[in-house]
This record gives sequence, structure tokens and C-alpha cells, in this order.
Amino acid sequence: MTTLADQPISASGSSFKLSMLLNDTRYRSLTFQFIALVAIIAFMAFVGGNLVRNLAEAGLNISYAFLGEPAGYDINQRPIEYDSTSSHGRAAVVGLLNTLIVAFLACITATVFGVIAGVLRLSNNWIVSKIMSIYVEIFRNVPVLIWILIIFSVMINALPGPRDFRGEDATASMSFFDTFAFTNRGVFAPAPEFTNSFGSTAELPVTTTGMDWLLVIAALLLSWFVARAVANWATRTQEATGNRPTTWYITLAIWVVPVVAVLLFLGLTWNVPELKGFNFRGGMQLRGSLIALWFALSIYTGAFIAENVRAGILAISKGQTEAAGALGLRPNRIMSLVVLPQALRVIIPPLISQYLNITKNSSLAIAVGYMDVTGTLGGITLLQTGRAIETILLLMLFYLTVSLLISFFMNIFNNRMKLKER
Amino acid sequence: MNRQMAETQEEVKMKKTVFLGALAVAAVTGGVASAATLDDVKARGKLNCGVTTGVPGFAEPDANGVWQGFDVAVCRAVAAAVLSDPTAVEFVPTTGKTRFTALASGEIDMLARNTTWTFSRDVDLKFEFTGVNYYDGQGFMVPADLGVSSAKDLDGATVCIQTGTTTELNLADFFRSNNISYEPVPIETGAEAVQQYNAGACDVYTTDASALAAQRANFEDPTAHVILPEIISKEPLGPLVRHGDHEWGDIVRWTLNALITAEELGVTSVNLEELAAGTNNPEINRLLGTEGDLGGMLGLDKDWAERAIGVAGNYGEVFETNIGENTPIGLARGLNAQWTDGGLIYSPPFR
Repeated sequence: MTTLADQPISASGSSFKLSMLLNDTRYRSLTFQFIALVAIIAFMAFVGGNLVRNLAEAGLNISYAFLGEPAGYDINQRPIEYDSTSSHGRAAVVGLLNTLIVAFLACITATVFGVIAGVLRLSNNWIVSKIMSIYVEIFRNVPVLIWILIIFSVMINALPGPRDFRGEDATASMSFFDTFAFTNRGVFAPAPEFTNSFGSTAELPVTTTGMDWLLVIAALLLSWFVARAVANWATRTQEATGNRPTTWYITLAIWVVPVVAVLLFLGLTWNVPELKGFNFRGGMQLRGSLIALWFALSIYTGAFIAENVRAGILAISKGQTEAAGALGLRPNRIMSLVVLPQALRVIIPPLISQYLNITKNSSLAIAVGYMDVTGTLGGITLLQTGRAIETILLLMLFYLTVSLLISFFMNIFNNRMKLKER
Repeated sequence: MNRQMAETQEEVKMKKTVFLGALAVAAVTGGVASAATLDDVKARGKLNCGVTTGVPGFAEPDANGVWQGFDVAVCRAVAAAVLSDPTAVEFVPTTGKTRFTALASGEIDMLARNTTWTFSRDVDLKFEFTGVNYYDGQGFMVPADLGVSSAKDLDGATVCIQTGTTTELNLADFFRSNNISYEPVPIETGAEAVQQYNAGACDVYTTDASALAAQRANFEDPTAHVILPEIISKEPLGPLVRHGDHEWGDIVRWTLNALITAEELGVTSVNLEELAAGTNNPEINRLLGTEGDLGGMLGLDKDWAERAIGVAGNYGEVFETNIGENTPIGLARGLNAQWTDGGLIYSPPFR
């Protein structure tokens, strides 16, 4: 039987009473959320107002005008054009790119280290699995700053300085047919240059520009599409006839021929580093600070990723491995075709956190003198202009944006890898 | 899915916490800056003095952990003048990066840390420089076996610099105006810079010439390194305080001037007691409080200057014991001689 109390309230809106905001479970949560929201806004307003008032009292004002002023300092690693007359804003962008470079490189190598160590830790070979356990336990239990400093000081003390390469009785020499120099200031390697570049001028016949590289990338993209078409054709043939045609030499030709043609057209030459004056000149330089930071971040985060990978693999039931084995797959194929694809669903979510950690930990760069965004905007610019609050807010905004972007793209990737339930 | 959403939210939350923290710090900062520093120091019974993290001769703890040095002497003189106790000083080691924040936030009452007096620090950062205790200039140190005799030969060299200092900007200007290139290696503290320089990770170490001499004195073989003749900048180093508390600024300024005037008038740690009994030189009498009441004008007592000079003697004596030619640092007076001897050290009169 139905009484009036059992009727839905919304059906008869007139029976709403103010006391229901507290007593009725349907409204109570909304009431408390509203109170919490008001409290948070009030607190933020209080702190913000306090900040503004105190800053005004101290005669300071929030202004970002300094970003347009000349920076006046030099940066060693410059992905874009920059000199000491450029603006603080440009210095911040240079630092930002340096952060992204080291974070990107470290994410890739950390993943490689992590997957290898994680898989090998489950190896049946006792020695291999124990070595990997030791790697994981040592690297993830010592702070990353210590690893950065250790690797950097080993590098600057163990490798020879450019001075040691000089003279008749040189104590060091260049490697790989005199093309690479490993010094305590970094690795100097030959750099590709083009005699027929888009940027060639009468004064500067041998150079490289972005256009040249776009052409090379276009050739590689073309190869990729053709190679995919060939692979699809092979799969169709296999499905129709049961025999997969041998395509590796076709694919190889597809990858090599266009690129070689483009490079020949551009007139590729190598600019080999040479010892001139104090340092090696020419070629490209991978600075010691970048190498130390990159290596330390990868090997440290790799240890965490190894554990994620191990957890992912152990989450796949043994029945899968046994079933694949029963079908006649070899252990390597079982791992790459059956276990890892399923394990990815477990591995990717914690992997996102590790990528975020790498990006944030890269702010330790100043310990080895790598000029990331914390070093330029949050370091020298802050000190030269004294605009602490402005620069720190900008830095926070930057790291927040990068971290959210990484999460966003990794979530897209995760959704593609997720088990599709129908 | 939920898990990584939570991770992301965790990130956002952390950033927010940091943000609030920064705001809170800034909010507190403004309040402290306007308080009367002299009263704070007296109430606390201790002077908080910002110094370097360790530059031999200027500020460094000795084997017993007692801070010694040229800059330390200024802190001790101020403590003696204000608190009648030269040991009532809390030394706060600061880096090139942290020093200004420490002073602006009120963590320290004064900064005596080889800090260059510049327009923007004085005007834009809102500090008050209370004088110059050392006239310095930026120099270069290179290993002698490189055979470099002039800074203009340094084309292409790798240079170690302390980041966040005026030296960084002077360096950029010098190389740009001479049209030569270099590779900067930014480093947080002087000690780390020296370590990299000794490992050969950089060819050149640049900082104030006095600090170069001080660091070189600690090397295994000081003669294997040369300081190049070029001095590429003016670096007047001196103690500083916050803007806005002029009474406190006056105390620090005139304590330093008392040490300088004492040398000019021949007041030393040896004859101080005798002269404090009264002389027939009115300026000495005013300085040491037997005539007039200069101390009262500062909000201190009559003997303030006598106590300040009594700590380690006059400016010249402090110089000789810490960084003079008979110490391992071995700096000549040069520009830092009294104006009567052709130097720049000059105090306004005590009148």
C-alpha cells in the first residue's frame, strides 16, 4: 500500500522544507559540498588579498614586463637561436625546450631499461634475475639527485679533458676512425651537412636548414606508407594462399632507396669535430650535463618501470602462456605476442606517473649545470630581475601544462590499448 | 582508468599545495619587512647575519666551527655595537641564489656576503647598501700550463661561473664586446665550481678577483694557476639591509664607517682603551663617545663604536688578519687602501 510519505518529493515540490537540507540524505551531500566550496573560495580570497596587500605595502607589484627585457646572460645548450641580447622570455623558451629534450630522451630510455629489466627479472636464469633484482633495489632506493651527481662526477673525473688530446704525447685519442671524441665536457660526434642545401649561399655553401630535414622526413614518411602497403599485401596473400611471401628485401629497399636518393640530392657530407684551441669545434656536441642528467633519470626511473612491467606480466594468468605453448609458439613469441600485449593494460597507467616523475625530476638539472627551465626562468632570470612570485607562478604553470599534456596523450594511448569489451 | 585519473589529480593537488605555500610565504614576507629590526635584534639577543657558504678569508668556519673572515668581522662588529657581544651572531650561510630572498623575508637582519652594489639591487630589489668594505673586480683564473696570458685569448674556452651573480652578466658582456665565443658552465656554489675547474671540466674559472685568490690559496699547488691581468668589471662589495628601516641601515652603515675612520685616525685594538679615556683629538673623542652623543642618535649607547672596534681592531687590522699579504689569501690593499694612501676607502666624518 502506498502512503503519502513514500511519494517522490520532486513530484510534489511544495513539500520541500529548509530543514531537509540537513536531514534529508538527498540534499545533505549537496549542502556540505556547497559549504566546502564557499570555505575554499573564502580561504583563497583571504590568502590572495593578503598577498596583494602585503606586496603593495612592500612596494612590489605583479608584472610580467621583465619577459621582454634583454636577458644579458648566455646559455650553453640552445635548441633555438639565442644570445645574451635576447629577451628573458626567449631564455625561458630555450630552457623549456631543454627540459622537454631531456624529459623526452629519458622517457624513451627509461622505458627501454624498465622493460628489459622487468622481463629479465622474471627470467628462469637465476643469475640474470638476481642481477636485475639488485639493479632495481639499488637504483630506486637512492635519491635521484645523488645518482645525477655520482654519474656526473664519474664522467668529469674518468674521461679525458680536451687538453689530453693535444700534442705529440697525447694521453687520449679520438674513437671510431678519429670521428668521435669522448671528453669530460661531453661527446663530440660528426654532424651531417649538405653541400646542396636549401640554405646554401655564396658565403656559406655547406650548411643545414629545417627545409633539408623536412625533405628527409618526407622521404621517410613515404617509405613508411609504402612499407605498410607491402605488409598488408603480404598479409592478404597469406590469408588467401596460406603462404606469406618473403618481403624483407622489398621492405629494406623501400626504406633505404628514397632516403639515400634525397641525401645524395642534397649532397650529404660529414662535419667531423676537430680540436681547435680550447675545445673540439665542428660536429655536434652532446654535453656532459645532458648525458649525466639523461642517464641518471633513465636508470633511476627505469628501476620503477621494471617493477611495473613485472607486475603487469605477473598479472597475466599462467594459462595464457601454457595455451600459447600448447599451440607451439616459442617462448620469445609467447612473450611478445601473447603476454606483453595483455600486460600493457596493467603497465600503462603507472607508466604515466613515471613519465610525469621524469619530467618533474628533470628540474634537478641545475645540479650539473644543465640549463632547463628551472635554471633559466626559475634561476638566473629570477635572480637578475628579483621577480620571484611571477617566475615561480610561470614555472608552475609550465610544469602543470606539460604534466597534464603527458597524461592526456598517455590516456589516449591507454584507451586504445585497453581491453575492448563488447 | 580511475587509477591514473587519481594520479593526475594528485599532481594537480600537489601543485596547488605548493602554490598556496608560495602565497603564504609571500604573505608573511610583507609583514616582516616593515618591523623595526633593531628592536627585533635586541629582543632576540642575537643578530642573524647572512654570509657565504664558505669563501676562505671572507667567511668560513674554522677548525672549531667558529666563523672567521673579513665579512664575518662586519657582522661581529655590528653585534658588538648593538648587543655588546661579538659572539651573539647567528651566521646563516646563503648561496648566490638564496641570499636576497633570505634578506627580503626577514630571515636575516643583514647580509655581508661579497655582494656587489648595483643599481637594480639597490632600487628594484629594494635593498639598502650600507657602504663598501671591499672594492673588487671580476677576474679570470686559468691553469698556468695552458699558456694563456690575456683574457682576450680565451676564444672558445669553457668557463665555469657561479649562476645568479653579476659575474654571469659581465662575462656575457665581455665576450660579446670582444667578439669572441665561449661555453658557459653554470654552477650553484663556488666550491662546486672549483671542483669542476680542477677536474678540467672547464678551462677557466671566473668570479671576483679576491675570491679567485682565496680559492687558489686552498689548491694543492697554487702556483700552477694564474689569475689573468684583465679585470672586467667594477664590483664594490658591501653589507646590505632591507629598504624601509633606515634606523637599522644607519647602524650597519656607521659601524662599518667607525672601523674605517678608526684606521684613518690611528685607533687600533692596541691603543683603543687608552684613547677611549679621552684624547685631545675631538674626532677620536666623538668616535669613541667621550665627546657628544653620536651613539644616542643611533639609538645605541655612547661606547658603541669602541665595542665595534674592540672586536678585531680597525678596518686595516681586519683586512691584514683575514685576507692581507701575510695570510694564505695574500691580497694587497690596492684600491682598498685608505684614501689618504691613494685608495678608495673613505668614511664620511663623525660629526
